[in-house]
Order: sequence, then C-alpha cells, then structure tokens
Amino acid sequence: MGPAEASGNLVSLDGISVWLSGHEVLRDVSFSVRPGEFTGLIGSNGAGKTTILRVILGLQEPTAGRVLVKGKAGARHNRSVGYVPQKVLIDPDLPLRARDVVGLGLDGHRFGLSTSSGVRRRRIEEMLGAVDAAGFADSRMGNLSGGEQQRVLIAHALIGQPELLLLDEPLANLDIASGHEIVELMRRVATEHHVAVLLSAHDMNPLLPAMERVVYVAAGRAASGTVDEVVRSEVLSELYGHPVTVLRVEGRILVVAGSHDQTEILASAPHWLERT
Amino acid sequence: MNGLSANVVFEAGFFSSSPVHVALVAGGMVAVMSGVVGVFTVVRGQSFAGHAFSDMDTTGGSAAFLLGVGTLWGFLAVAVAAAGAMELLGVERRRGRDVATGVVLGAALGVAALLLFWDTTVSSTTGATTTILFGSLFTISGATVPATVAFSLAILAAASVSYRPLLFSSLSAEMARVRGVPVRLVGAGFLLMLALAVALSAITVGAILSTALLIGPAATALRLTRRPAAAMGAAAGIGLLGVWSGILVAYDSAQWPGHHGWPASFCVVAVIFVLYLVADLQGWTRAKRTATGQDRMARGG
Amino acid sequence: MFAGFMTNAWIVGSIAAVVAGVVGFFVVVRGSAFVAHALPQSAFTGAAGASLLGISTVFGMGTFALASALGIAWLGKRGRHDVVTALTLVMLLGTGELFLSYKTEYAQAIYSLLFGEVLGVSANEVLPSAVVAGVAIVAVALMYRPLMLTSVLPDMGEARGVRSHRMEMLFLVVVALATTAAVPVVGALLMFSLMIGPPAASRCFTDSPLAAIALSVALALVTVWASLAIAYERNWPVGFLVGTIGAALYVIGRLWAAWRQAHTVRPGSVGLAPETAPAH
Repeated sequence: MGPAEASGNLVSLDGISVWLSGHEVLRDVSFSVRPGEFTGLIGSNGAGKTTILRVILGLQEPTAGRVLVKGKAGARHNRSVGYVPQKVLIDPDLPLRARDVVGLGLDGHRFGLSTSSGVRRRRIEEMLGAVDAAGFADSRMGNLSGGEQQRVLIAHALIGQPELLLLDEPLANLDIASGHEIVELMRRVATEHHVAVLLSAHDMNPLLPAMERVVYVAAGRAASGTVDEVVRSEVLSELYGHPVTVLRVEGRILVVAGSHDQTEILASAPHWLERT
Repeated sequence: MNGLSANVVFEAGFFSSSPVHVALVAGGMVAVMSGVVGVFTVVRGQSFAGHAFSDMDTTGGSAAFLLGVGTLWGFLAVAVAAAGAMELLGVERRRGRDVATGVVLGAALGVAALLLFWDTTVSSTTGATTTILFGSLFTISGATVPATVAFSLAILAAASVSYRPLLFSSLSAEMARVRGVPVRLVGAGFLLMLALAVALSAITVGAILSTALLIGPAATALRLTRRPAAAMGAAAGIGLLGVWSGILVAYDSAQWPGHHGWPASFCVVAVIFVLYLVADLQGWTRAKRTATGQDRMARGG
Repeated sequence: MFAGFMTNAWIVGSIAAVVAGVVGFFVVVRGSAFVAHALPQSAFTGAAGASLLGISTVFGMGTFALASALGIAWLGKRGRHDVVTALTLVMLLGTGELFLSYKTEYAQAIYSLLFGEVLGVSANEVLPSAVVAGVAIVAVALMYRPLMLTSVLPDMGEARGVRSHRMEMLFLVVVALATTAAVPVVGALLMFSLMIGPPAASRCFTDSPLAAIALSVALALVTVWASLAIAYERNWPVGFLVGTIGAALYVIGRLWAAWRQAHTVRPGSVGLAPETAPAH
C-alpha cells in the first residue's frame, strides 16, 4: 500500500503560492481530491483556476508549497492525470477526424510506428461510444460544434485511463443545453470509469447536481469542502476579503457583493431574482 | 571629438563621396518608413507576408526587364496583384494565411523563374537575379532619391492616418469588429500598404535588406517597449542606426589594408541582427533575474 | 524524354516529391510555411560557403540548414516565430552575399540554386539525395504521433509529457534534412513550392490524416512528373511549372472544399459553432 492510498488522496496541494511576472496569482492554496470524487473548481475569470490546474499538471512550478499526485512530488507528465484545456482551437482545414483525436489520446505521446491493431480500434470505438460521439466519429474535428468537440476531447483525455481528469472551463463556450449534457456525461463517466473529476467553472449552478465537493477560488486564495460548508457568506467574505452574501433561490446559488439580509434582498428585488 | 579620432572612424572620403550621400539619404528614409510599417507587421504577425512581397518583387523586376519598362512599375504592379491574391486566398485564420502566402509566393517565384529564364536567354542579362535579390546601397542612382523620399513620406502619412483602427484591429480583431471597425477592409488596406512599402524598399535597397529593415528594428523595438507609438519611434531609430553604421562599415572595409570590401547589405543585416540578439538576451536574463527575485520574495514572506 | 540524361532527373525529382509530400504535410498542418521557405535558402549560403572553402556543396548546405533550424528553434523559444525566421533568413542571405562577394562569375550558379537544375543532374548526386531523404522520411514516421499531438493539441500534449518545444526543434531538423536532400538538384524555390502546394491541396480532399499524407505525396509526384515532361517538351524552366501547378492544385482543392461544404448539411449538430482563431 503506497502513500497515496494511505492518505486516501489522489492529489493534494499544500500551501501553494505562485508568482507570475510580479503578481501573486495564488496564495497559500491547500486542498485535496479523493479518488472517484467530482469536484468543482469555482471562481470568476482571473481568480487563478487555470493556474491551479497547471500546478497539478506540473506545467507551472509553484513558488512555494508542495503538490503531491498519488503521493508523489513532481507531478509533471503523470499519466494518471488527464487534461482538457479551456481553449482548444482546431483548424477546420485540418484533416483530422474525431477518431484520430481519440487515438492520439491513447498513444499520441509515443514515438515509433503506430500499430493499427484491432484492439486499438476497438478501444477507440468504445471510448467514442462512452461519450456519445460515435455518430460523428468520422467527421472532421474542425467542423464539429463546440459541444461535440468537447466530448471528443474528453474521450481523448479518458482513453489514457487516468485516475483524475482536469477540465478547464468546459462549459464556457457552450449553450445551456450542451452544458447540461457535458456535466451529466462527466458525472456518468466519473462513476462508470471510477475517475475523479476536477472541473473548473465560473458559475457553479450547472454543476450543483453533480458536484460532491467544491474548491472556491477568489483573489488567488481558495476554500474547499462540500458546497454547504464552503458556499456560505462567512467563508466567502473571508476569502474575498470584503463582505459578500450567498443567496439560495429556487435551488440556485447567487453570490453578491455586500452584506445583506437574504429576505431584505428578496423583498427589494423580487422581479429580477425570480427570473434568474 | 577631434579630427584624429574622426579619421579613425570615418575612412577618407566618406563625407565627400556622392554614392555614400545617396545611400545615407535613401537608405535612411527607407529605414524610417520600414521601422514604422514594421511595428504593425510584427504586431499583426505578418512577417512572412512582408518577406514574401520582397521576394515576389523579383517577379516584377524580371518582368520589367523583359518588357523594357521601368523596374518601379514592375514592382508596383506585382505588389498590388500579390496583395490582392493573398487577400482573396488568405482566410482570417493565421495558419491558413501562412499557407495562402506560401502558395502565392510559390506561384510568383515560379513565374519569376520563367521570366528570368527568358531574360537570360533573350537579352543575356545574367546579372538580373543578383541585382534584384541583393540590390546595392552604393549603386542607388541619385535621381531616384526624391521619388524614394516622396513615396516614403506618403506611406508614413497613410500609416499615421490609419494608425488607430489599424492598431485596434491588430490587437483584438473581435473587439474592433464590435466597435464598428471594418476589420477586413483595414486588413486588406494594410496588406496593400505593406506591399507598396516593401516594393519601395526592395527597389531602393534590395530584397534582403527590405525584409531585414522591416522586421529587425520593429522586433527589437517591441522588446524594449510595449507602447506602440514609442516602439515605432524606436524602430525608426534602430533602422537608421543599422543602415548608417552598416554603410560606414562597408565603406571603411573597402579601405582597410588587405581587405576586400564587404557588401553593404551584409553589414546592415549583421548590425540589425546583433541588435536583436542583444535585446533578446537582455530580455531573457532580466526575465530570469526577476523570476528568481520573486522566488526569494515569496520564500521570505 | 526518358533518354539517359533524363533518367537522373526523373529519379531525383521523384525523391524530392516524396520527401516534400511527407514533410510538407506537417509544414502545412503546423503553419510553418515561412520556415519551409527560409530553410531551403540556406542552400544558397551553404553552397557559396562550400565553394569558398572548397568543400562539398551538400555538406555546406546541410551544415547551414541544420544550424539555421536549430537557431530558429532556439531563438523561437523566446521570440515570435515568424520574426525569428525572418531575421535568420536575412542573416543567411546576407552571409551568402558576403561569401559571394569573394567570388565573381556566380550569377548562373545562383540561378540554378534558386530555381534548380533538374535537367542536368549527375549520377553521383542521386545517392546522397536518396539517403538523406530516406532519413527524413523515417524520422517523420517515427515521430508521427507525438508530432501530430503537439501540432493540433499542444496543451494536451504538454500535459502528457510531449514537450512542444522539443518537437518543434526535431521537426525543423527534419525540414533541414529534406531541404538538404532536394535543394542541390531541384532548387530552393521549387522545394518550397512542393512542400506547400500539394500538401495544402490534399487537406481539402480527405478527412483522414494518413490518407492526406498519401495524397500529398501522390500530388507532389504528379506535379514533378508533369513539370519534367513539359519542361522536356517545351524547354520551359521546371521551377515555373512546379510553382504554378502547385498553386493550381491548391486553388482546385479550395474550390472542391467550398463546393463540398455547400452541398453537405450535417444533421444533429448541437452547441455553438467552435470559435475560429482571431486574426491578429
């Protein structure tokens, strides 16, 4: 039994700080992800979400602190972590089908001649099916819609059989329906393949049905726990360094600046809150 | 500075030689103009197009040779035609644009191959290739100086008139479009301006120097300052420095005992390249130093 | 047209077409057209330097091509790639001019370095070309998957341990090798045309990458063979034919792609269309 199993954590960040060109992007960030868990990494644009993901991937060296992946330091190029970056621009002129992208996820890092065996083809086929992408497996990647591309990229990351999948703002460029489909897909995949998911988003509401834990990032600092533990006025006010209020309206969560009484806001602005 | 040390730096006859005067004036004017246009070119990521125009002027030059018309007309015709073809083929994506530039360049050079072949067989002007490719600062005819100056000033005027929409659409095409800037039109206009600027500098200083003066000073200046207007001023200055010191070295090298005169283009290119390397390495070491400084700060605090 | 002195031209032309078709596919996919234009011109400096020192032309060219490839890769770590390519190119040409200034009577040689001398290929140039081209093709085959991964999904490649920068350097070395194999016989400009036109056209006809590479090789071969045949019949320069046929293929490919796009409506698309890269 290795140290990872001993602590029970797949990934743990301990006091991570990152300085980028004279700015402190992350300050003393600590949290951990357990196997098979669905975690939301929530924060507004520029809060430091992508930097956290890059630290876990080993693409960004932390200025201070320690990151352990499966109990080991130096996470760089750990095959047990899959990654889907935020901005993936695929040129429509590129002759590359969805199945080729998934194939690159399987053995794209290997030099040498490809063995185009039946096993390889079957695994690609299976993975395309698992993300509901079988219907456009032979379409050119650059001609697919944003939601379809997102599915193919998830399959690309999943086929390497990671234990943790990092997704950077997968919902950012999608309409609401496709966003829900992706979240639902991720929840299903996480259970079926027993993969932990760390998914970043600026709005936590689409994730609420799937999210088991949340890491809330604001101004380079982070708080983690269950949604009920973290998304509270006191905790977030502390994190932002100024008063904020958490409102729960019809199953949705809103974070607004300033200290308010929930009933007072609801009374003063019912017309817009009801509609959001 | 006393007379003795001046003589060490400037070999005899430097200030009285009329080819040197012409080279200093025409080369300097082209350097200033290229520096300004170059900043836009580098910011927009169109260095390849900028270079391609100068190569394609070989086609214009050889066509003019063959038809017996002035080289300038050949250059201008090719500049306009090539800018149009690139705009037609060049899609908005950067990768697509590079391929479109490459295809147009390949076709134009192919045509140049045919024209030069006819040139060499028909009128046996074998030197045409070298003249068009390399040009020479010291063989610029004095009569072209007023035209060069006037043309450069016209391009500078066009650049300053379109400065704001051009810069805006270069930095963020999306935002510019939202704000009502006709991005495609601005892009096409810039391509035409670039083609004309390059044609002018290629006919004056040769194809190699034209690319060197367009890209080198601008890239160096953008290393030193991020403010566009300041970068244009710095690029013009660096271009001038490169051309004038290159001319000086080339002139002096011919007078040194036992030395064979170095080509002026080589000297100018070398100065510009070295200036870029210095700015590059300086930026690099500075980045390293601040990174370790932050390290220390973060660990201490 | 298959006379004795033409045999070498057919062989060397075919070698150049195959290596340009394979390497050119990645040139187009990676958007490295400028590098593909710049590296063959190192031939010019290399050949001028070699003749000055009295060493073999191929050796001089190979040295300069490799040095430029590594220089562009090294400087490109920190600077803009196109800027670095432009500066390396002018430095190369400037140095070539310096070398030439020590020699006179070189205009004809420049013409053939730029535009090729396919019809006058000697037998002892065939073997070195074939060997270097073979090395370049084997290298592409071995690095095919990581090269593809970093070309299309650089961030995901980095996360998997494929360093984009290292792949870029390896790729530039391959372009330098391809250049060294072909330029002494086909010329710098012709090699550039072959590395752009046929691969760019092939993308329009198929969605599969391997099929596109095969088609790219086939189109490059057709281009070279047609050019050689016409050049032999009409006595036109090969460079002109390759340049214009390559461009024509590209235009046909674009038209075909546009036609296909207009005549196929794919059902069941969900979500917003993917963003296209902004043009800066």
